Amino acid sequence: MTAWQRNWGTFSCLYLREMLRLGRERMRWAGAFAQPLLFWFIIGSGMAESFRIQGAEGVSALQYFFPGILVMIVLFTSIFTTISVVEDRQQGFLQGVLAGPGSRLALVLGKVCGVTTLVFIQVGVFVLMAPLIDLPLAEIAWARLVPVVLLASVGLTAMNFTLAWVLDSVQSYHAVMSVVLIPTWFLSGALFPPPHSWLRNIMILNPVTHAVDGVRASLDPTALGVIGVLGPVAGSLIALSVYCIAMLALASWTCRRRAA
Amino acid sequence: MSDAPALTVEGLVHSYGEREVLRGLSFSLKPGEVFGLLGPNGSGKSTVFAVLAGLLPCQGGSATWRGRSLLDSSAVHEELGVVFQTPSLDPKLTARANLLLCARLHGLFGKPARERADAELAAVGLSGRADELVGTYSGGMTRRLDLARALLTTPRLLLMDEPTSGLDAASTRDFWERLEERQAREDLSILVATHRPDEAERCHRLAVLAGGTVERVARPDELSALVGGDIVTVKGGDPESLKTEVAERFDFDAWTTGDELHLLTDRGHEQVPRIVEALGTGRLESVSLRSPTLADAFLKIVGTRLDVDLDPPKEQRRGPPFRRRRA
Repeated sequence: MTAWQRNWGTFSCLYLREMLRLGRERMRWAGAFAQPLLFWFIIGSGMAESFRIQGAEGVSALQYFFPGILVMIVLFTSIFTTISVVEDRQQGFLQGVLAGPGSRLALVLGKVCGVTTLVFIQVGVFVLMAPLIDLPLAEIAWARLVPVVLLASVGLTAMNFTLAWVLDSVQSYHAVMSVVLIPTWFLSGALFPPPHSWLRNIMILNPVTHAVDGVRASLDPTALGVIGVLGPVAGSLIALSVYCIAMLALASWTCRRRAA
Repeated sequence: MSDAPALTVEGLVHSYGEREVLRGLSFSLKPGEVFGLLGPNGSGKSTVFAVLAGLLPCQGGSATWRGRSLLDSSAVHEELGVVFQTPSLDPKLTARANLLLCARLHGLFGKPARERADAELAAVGLSGRADELVGTYSGGMTRRLDLARALLTTPRLLLMDEPTSGLDAASTRDFWERLEERQAREDLSILVATHRPDEAERCHRLAVLAGGTVERVARPDELSALVGGDIVTVKGGDPESLKTEVAERFDFDAWTTGDELHLLTDRGHEQVPRIVEALGTGRLESVSLRSPTLADAFLKIVGTRLDVDLDPPKEQRRGPPFRRRRA
């Protein structure tokens, strides 16, 4: 067996497993589609009257929150599909994959690409809601949106995979999720644009900010009227590309065979 | 069985934080041999297994399988089958799907994979339930399926960590009979980590683990012979007070486990009536005579019992994630 065959075997094993599980868990689908819609309608409708952002007059709350909710799908899916890694590698299916002949990068990519496929299905369904807030599908810059979602999903899943690898219990993962992961969404421009304070610097360092910026710019930069922290969409793509490569490298290094 | 080692493990070290579990552990396994790592929970045998299988990063030492490093290369894992303490199966998928995923992992796709999966399912008697979710299986069935998974790709080296953990005596016997039949047919080399004397008896040779190193390597009968004599087990009342009484009247090695007192004697059948008479028949529940087991041999060699748990609490077992390497 060549190295390519070994790695393809490992990659496709994990990718296919995600797809098979997905097909069996119908409740998971219901939650995956209902939750973002619910968040979007509740936050958007609840803040409709008081919502006003300087420089984005004329943008409704539902319009403003749409890109953020889309990125929330990416973040939450990457979190909830990697929690299982904590126990899976200690006493589950992943043990066999670790003992198998493929490389650790193939293992990481198999998991990450499986999750990313799930992300694209969910995001695809959510984007179909865009015409409801006067964002015609034809005007969406798909060629920008797809790479932004792809890079964000791969980067975040690889990061959360790494976290799940180094943490030894699901409870620890939940703690990190509450204190670190979910706040990254609050500090991403999903709910409010970067303020002119110290918070702005944190938001610039937050990869989720660049995902929200990229999605916002891809959907309709003029209608949404908020400029990203790194300027046009190219800034988001560069930032996300660097993040994505770094996280993939970190994930495969973390699950390496020999201690460095 | 050739005498040249097929698997050679040398100077394996491993620590969890400050706690050193393996201190330069070495052993070797011959082709076609069933080799056991014998030690209580927490003695480091599962760590050896986890490092060899690739579950834990190697912190130092080497392991070579037929001349190729097992610790640095993925390629050599093509020849490896692994049975883990907890089955490496996805309970939310069917047995067949689990085996097909495993086949894929080893580069086996399409029709050849389906044929192998069907053959293994038949070999472990699960053909009729192949399309049911593994989560609905009993413990014994799950173990059989896990063995089928490990043997699916016809490995040359099988690593097993407490493979019958949680199984009753009948299921354990069934598991080993299937495995031994396969081992004899395919000249499979097997490394098994266990703390169960009945499982250890099935090995060709055993390495007794103590203090993070190999204390002794010998055949099971050689180890049992080290004890010498017979074991008389007495049950009834407080075993510690019985032990004191025995010490006053006889010159036997004596020790207690739970509510039992064990006495090591020569010509045990002659000693039983004397012991019963000395301790008084009314207070004893039972007196039994047996030959020494590997558990007795372990106690004699290492000084600790096989059925104790040396594992510290989980939080002490694992060091901070980024400081696993020894200083």
